[in-house]
Amino acid sequence: MTTRIGVVTFPGSLDDSDARRAIRIAGGEPVALWHRDKDLHQVDAVVLPGGFSYGDYLRCGAIARFSPVMQTVIEQAKAGMPVLGICNGFQVLCESHLLPGALTRNDHLHFVCRDQRLRVENAGTAWTSDYESGQEITVPLKNGEGGYVADERTLDALEAEGRVVFRYLDVNPNGSRRDIAGITNEAGNVVGLMPHPEHAVEALTGPTTDGLGFFTSAVKKLVAS
Amino acid sequence: MARVVVDVMLKPEILDPQGQAVQRALPRLGFDGITDVRQGKRFELEVEGPVDGDALARVRELAETFLANTVIEDFTVRVVEADGVERAVSGTQAPTEGATA
Repeated sequence: MTTRIGVVTFPGSLDDSDARRAIRIAGGEPVALWHRDKDLHQVDAVVLPGGFSYGDYLRCGAIARFSPVMQTVIEQAKAGMPVLGICNGFQVLCESHLLPGALTRNDHLHFVCRDQRLRVENAGTAWTSDYESGQEITVPLKNGEGGYVADERTLDALEAEGRVVFRYLDVNPNGSRRDIAGITNEAGNVVGLMPHPEHAVEALTGPTTDGLGFFTSAVKKLVAS
Repeated sequence: MARVVVDVMLKPEILDPQGQAVQRALPRLGFDGITDVRQGKRFELEVEGPVDGDALARVRELAETFLANTVIEDFTVRVVEADGVERAVSGTQAPTEGATA
């Protein structure tokens, strides 16, 4: 049986088709989900893609969080369903309080678009089991509001519990506290990051194929369970 | 009809690069003596019916869950009466004394 992974399209999503393609290349069956539809169509996991949902009005992810589809995604995420939030999807997960902290405007105020080296700090999540802890990967990064912030207590807890999943290497591109590029929840099923693994899944279009592991991790985990 | 104003500001400990960019531009424009600028958002809500305790509780809830992200932002709620008198009500910051508009 093929693993069905849903990709939500909000008005203003940009990277939903790339996310679906990445799932397909990883051997899963991508399922398009619509923001106004509460039904997740029996998917086994969900990806919240990059872009500018609802025009990023109010705050990035703030309006998407209250969309009908998110009510079901939040419910299912709390029940253990794997959810990956990429860039705008990460912002939606923070606004939904599925992940702690918030994403703020890049400290240098410029939109950043580069191939970014990252270190995988936690290879135990639903989306990183195909990596090794300490592995270094390069995937594209593109954001204007990617500075990860949380209070010191939350940051200390994330570090102590191994919930920092990715850290920026070489440069901190957006002023994120403690070079944090991505984090996970306590259970390890919800992962959010600013860089874009879905843009690095085949040699023709990506700088590397380092991002494919996100999607193969989820496909394998779901087949095994 | 009454107007309820919700002001949302980044918490003091959160870096505000936009405010800093504004502050840095000031000397160039000939405005000296401004040592800090913080940028925020102001929402003006036109409320149907009387702005009583229930209505204000609802506005507070909407400010807390939607207009502000209390992880990084503080907010204040003020009522502006028809005669322009403002009344500070509540928020995550200490409300300032009811200033007149």
